[in-house]
Amino acid sequence: MAGLWLLLASPAAGEAGTTARTLLTQASYLAASVFFILGLKSLTKADTARRGMQQAAVGMLLAIVGTLIVEQIVEYQWILAGLVIGTVIGYPLGTRVPMTAMPQRIAISHMFGALAASLVGIAEYLHQGARLDGVTMGALGFEVLFGSLTVTGSFMAFGKLQEFLPGRPVTFPGQNAVNISVFAATLGLWIYLIIEPGAAWAFWAMTGLAFLIGISLVLPIGGADMPVVVSLLNSYAGLAASATGFAIGNTVLIIAGALDGASGFILSIIMSKAMNRSFGNVIFGAFGSAPTASAKTAAGLTVKSISAEDAAIQLGYASKVIVVPGYGMAVAQAQHTVRELAELIEKKGGEVKYAIHPVAGRMPGHMNVLLAEANVPYDRMYDMDEINEEFKDADVALVIGANDVVNPAAKTDKGSPIYGMPILNVDQAKSIIVMKRSMNAGFAGIENELFYDAKTSMLFGDAKGSLTKLVAEVKTL
Amino acid sequence: MTFTNILQLYVFILAGFVGYNIITRVPPLLHTPLMSATNAISAISIVGALVIAGAKYSLTASILGCIAVTCATINVVGGFIITDRMLRMFKSGDAPKAGEGK
Repeated sequence: MAGLWLLLASPAAGEAGTTARTLLTQASYLAASVFFILGLKSLTKADTARRGMQQAAVGMLLAIVGTLIVEQIVEYQWILAGLVIGTVIGYPLGTRVPMTAMPQRIAISHMFGALAASLVGIAEYLHQGARLDGVTMGALGFEVLFGSLTVTGSFMAFGKLQEFLPGRPVTFPGQNAVNISVFAATLGLWIYLIIEPGAAWAFWAMTGLAFLIGISLVLPIGGADMPVVVSLLNSYAGLAASATGFAIGNTVLIIAGALDGASGFILSIIMSKAMNRSFGNVIFGAFGSAPTASAKTAAGLTVKSISAEDAAIQLGYASKVIVVPGYGMAVAQAQHTVRELAELIEKKGGEVKYAIHPVAGRMPGHMNVLLAEANVPYDRMYDMDEINEEFKDADVALVIGANDVVNPAAKTDKGSPIYGMPILNVDQAKSIIVMKRSMNAGFAGIENELFYDAKTSMLFGDAKGSLTKLVAEVKTL
Repeated sequence: MTFTNILQLYVFILAGFVGYNIITRVPPLLHTPLMSATNAISAISIVGALVIAGAKYSLTASILGCIAVTCATINVVGGFIITDRMLRMFKSGDAPKAGEGK
């Protein structure tokens, strides 16, 4: 290594100096790749995760520094401007965004990532154009195609999650046919470009159409399905980054993109399974465009409501309580009060666990983050598969703002639109307290027979207000 | 298809396998940090953007490169910070209440 530095320093060693620089750059890329993989591996355990990701950040820094010394870079003003503006925008996006806004935060960052990949591809095409060989053109085209559709698609997802775009599916007759033909045309242009890399018109047409695809892909998908879409776009952003690596011959990009692509792909499959939907159904189904009529109605059934005092007695003397948080809890910002209640129950000798359905939040793992923010220890949070067997031993299942994920119709009612969706076995608990604002049907517009179960008591009201009352009551026990 | 292309394909496929194997073992508990982490990592496209922004190919290319560097930097800075912010919140319940047992 010392020898290499000497060569670098000696003015006569032009050729060898170049090699040394390239070697340094490549070493930084190799180190970054290793750090990235170790960083992701650290995410398999909650207590190693933080340090692992800090190492990954160091890997990123190494790769950036390693790139700044490559000899193709001859001027730095544009680089500096980009780094400064990016930091000024990125820093508050990292420090200020509240945890409830995480889904849209992730969606918009997919847009930035994909935009970066697309622009690199476009600039590379402007620079090389007809000089590109077929394989490189294929990679470049793929990069720009997937990058561009991820840009607009992520922006649409961001809009729907941030609610400045309508959350309901926007559909028109023949939509799928139109989408498929646009996609086919885009693929056709891509193939034409591989044969004829110099056809600039085809390149721009393909890019434009790809932007359109992103919009039309997400427009017909409802707000409830956004977790799948965001995961899928995660995968696309990764694939676009990987294709960039192929196009400019950069291995660390190929590796990081492949990791990202695999991650997004796995997450979207997990989310689809949790919602009992196939990929195709999410993309082309326009679920919920017209609220599906439930096979069973609530006619003739009565619900039993409960006062905060009585609920507090049940909870205070329970030896095992399972809390089932839903998005309604996060909307009411009631996480902290839930934790406070749980601590009181624990102090009285009861055991409290949290049962978290994969689609409890607005993106994979969202509910866990919201609970962790409220200082709920992560070893009290259990996935559906881990805890479903335990409901039958629970004295009380406390359902807060969750509906469809605890609806027994998913197991029993073949006519229900959610039939087959995996749910939490709340109905097996010895008693059930459901906190709910009113008797409105859930997100999917489906009646929930759990609420009419003889073991179920309804505690009506705003989740936060009810919980505050519960905390006060349990304290007096 | 040059020899380099084939090697790149090897790298892609093998990295995909590594990714698949690691990521299937990430618990649902950490799926949101996972997504923000992979997002931050894929901002490695900054290395491509830096070259475009600094290579003086043409003014258009430099400007496109500058925007690309900006976008990628947003994800590098914002992505790693927010991932760390989330992971910092995940605490074990046994640490402060030692001896209580689960």
